[in-house]
Amino acid sequence: MSEFLQQLVNGVTWGSVYALIALGYTMVYGILRLINFAHGDVYMLGAFFGYFAARFFNAASDPNPFKALLVLVSSMVACGLVGIVIERAAYKPVRRSSRLSALITAIGVSLLLENGGILLFGADPKFFPQIIPARNIALGNGVTISNQQIIILAVSLVLMFTLRFIVTQTRVGKAMQAVSFNPTAAALMGISVDRIVTFTFMIGSMLAAAAGVLVALQNPKIEPLMGIMPGLKAFVAAVLGGIGNIPGAVLGGLVMGIAEVLVVGYVSPTYRDAIAFVLLIVILLVRPAGILGRQTAEKV
Amino acid sequence: MKQLLIVLLTLGVLLGLDLLLPRFLNPYLMRVLMLCGISVILAVSLNIVNGFTGQFSIGHAGFMAVGAYGSAMFSMHVGVNWVRALEAMGAPTALAQGFALLVALLIGGALAAIAGYLVGLPSLRLRGDYLAIVTLGFGEIIRVIITNVDAVGAARGLPGIPAWANFFWVGLAVVAMVVVAARLAHSTHGRALFAIRDDEVAAEALGVDTTRYKVLAFVIGSFFAGVAGGLFAHYNAYLHPNSFTFLKSIEVIAMVVLGGLGSITGSILAAILLTVLPEALRSAQELRMVLYSLMLIVLMITRPGGLLGSRELDLSRWFRRRKPAPGSA
Repeated sequence: MSEFLQQLVNGVTWGSVYALIALGYTMVYGILRLINFAHGDVYMLGAFFGYFAARFFNAASDPNPFKALLVLVSSMVACGLVGIVIERAAYKPVRRSSRLSALITAIGVSLLLENGGILLFGADPKFFPQIIPARNIALGNGVTISNQQIIILAVSLVLMFTLRFIVTQTRVGKAMQAVSFNPTAAALMGISVDRIVTFTFMIGSMLAAAAGVLVALQNPKIEPLMGIMPGLKAFVAAVLGGIGNIPGAVLGGLVMGIAEVLVVGYVSPTYRDAIAFVLLIVILLVRPAGILGRQTAEKV
Repeated sequence: MKQLLIVLLTLGVLLGLDLLLPRFLNPYLMRVLMLCGISVILAVSLNIVNGFTGQFSIGHAGFMAVGAYGSAMFSMHVGVNWVRALEAMGAPTALAQGFALLVALLIGGALAAIAGYLVGLPSLRLRGDYLAIVTLGFGEIIRVIITNVDAVGAARGLPGIPAWANFFWVGLAVVAMVVVAARLAHSTHGRALFAIRDDEVAAEALGVDTTRYKVLAFVIGSFFAGVAGGLFAHYNAYLHPNSFTFLKSIEVIAMVVLGGLGSITGSILAAILLTVLPEALRSAQELRMVLYSLMLIVLMITRPGGLLGSRELDLSRWFRRRKPAPGSA
């Protein structure tokens, strides 16, 4: 039982990271109906920007929470800017084209970030400095949680609630909802669709950057191709929860994280990459629009 | 009679090229040529699913893997014995190997077609991006299973596959693929596929059995993906699960979209371009893949409908009257 609880703690931590990445996928999809394949690579960039920020601020030599926060924020800001550049330079020109050509452009951007990363950062893994030394805290019953896991959970929760506040309470969030519901009508109501799309990319990229830094805290080995698999699985998580649906992305991320950790713990680590897709296929066969997605009737 | 002549002529030309080309091209160029052929089969077969029928599939590498491993296992355990037996009966080596390869390719294709049928079934329920992600999932599941099954070499890879595939067989498969795709495009079945792509509801209202045709497209597409996989296996003589990641599927999608959805000649051109391009950029070394991805983005921005759109490249058009390609909007 205690082993199961331990797995659950690890699963929820890992799942909250998936949820952060999945939020970016689901928001962009909700607004543009585009699978932003480059999103996983923005997560990779987040980890690398965090790495350089940590070295720049000397955050590893005297670790303190303030510097760690500074590393997180600077990585998020840098990735936010990268998100804006990607959207303006690559996606905006193809927004009027077919969705497939937009998808290929996204794939091109993804390959560009990966190979650009190899060119700039080198293909060999780098080690993320220990900006917060690990410490284990016993929760009783043989279950332990590390302070890093607590930080991952806390930061993810704060970011998710901030996002929720932005989307539901602010003007720009309401504009996002309007654009997602019907871009043409939103434009007619005086909403600048271009600006909202750029804003969405910025927010999504910032969340991915946070996920990158948080993962690097726990698994310090970072390399330019680290974003491919988590990106893919986070997208699956977004589809699992119902793509375009923000609570769905969080739920999907958690389900995926827990399922993965349980498979590693009780079945075999080599099947870890398959469970995400098995889960996806099973759920889509039962609920074709995802767990929280709404089935829309087809109009003729 | 005329058809028989054309078939014999094609076989003769392929055999002639098979004998002549190695004398003029160095082994490296031969290799690029063979890989181009395999890419063309993959791109045109995916075009039947994505371009003709409009069903967005991104798991093509999975079907290729099924065909590759299936045909390789057959050749290693049964095919080699057949070749030995045929040679003992006095058949020439090339003929014996060709026969065994043909059977292996058909088995690989059939296994991939069965996999395609199984993946085609959920397409009854799912549409658009949901279907895409499920096909992606199937592709990844196939790869993870291969990585875990010891009998096919698991993560070590599968060495020792007889290297029977030569220019003749790759060329023959390319011709077969293109002929099947072109004939399909001009047939009643092909028109049904185009109708599903253009408007599924309208197609159904006009009496097209959409379910059957969607599954048919999947089965044909994955059969040829399996054949391409079999050729790949018997050309490289070695298989590794990492050759069939979702990046491979993405590469094939890029060929189809770049060539223009629904355009067979477009797929052929784009398949050759995207296979030759990374090789041509080899001198740029580290910059190679960066340039490749930049070109992909720029091409998509400047030619969003693909190189040829949904048109066909038709040399005779410049000499004769204009004739629109089937399925062009």
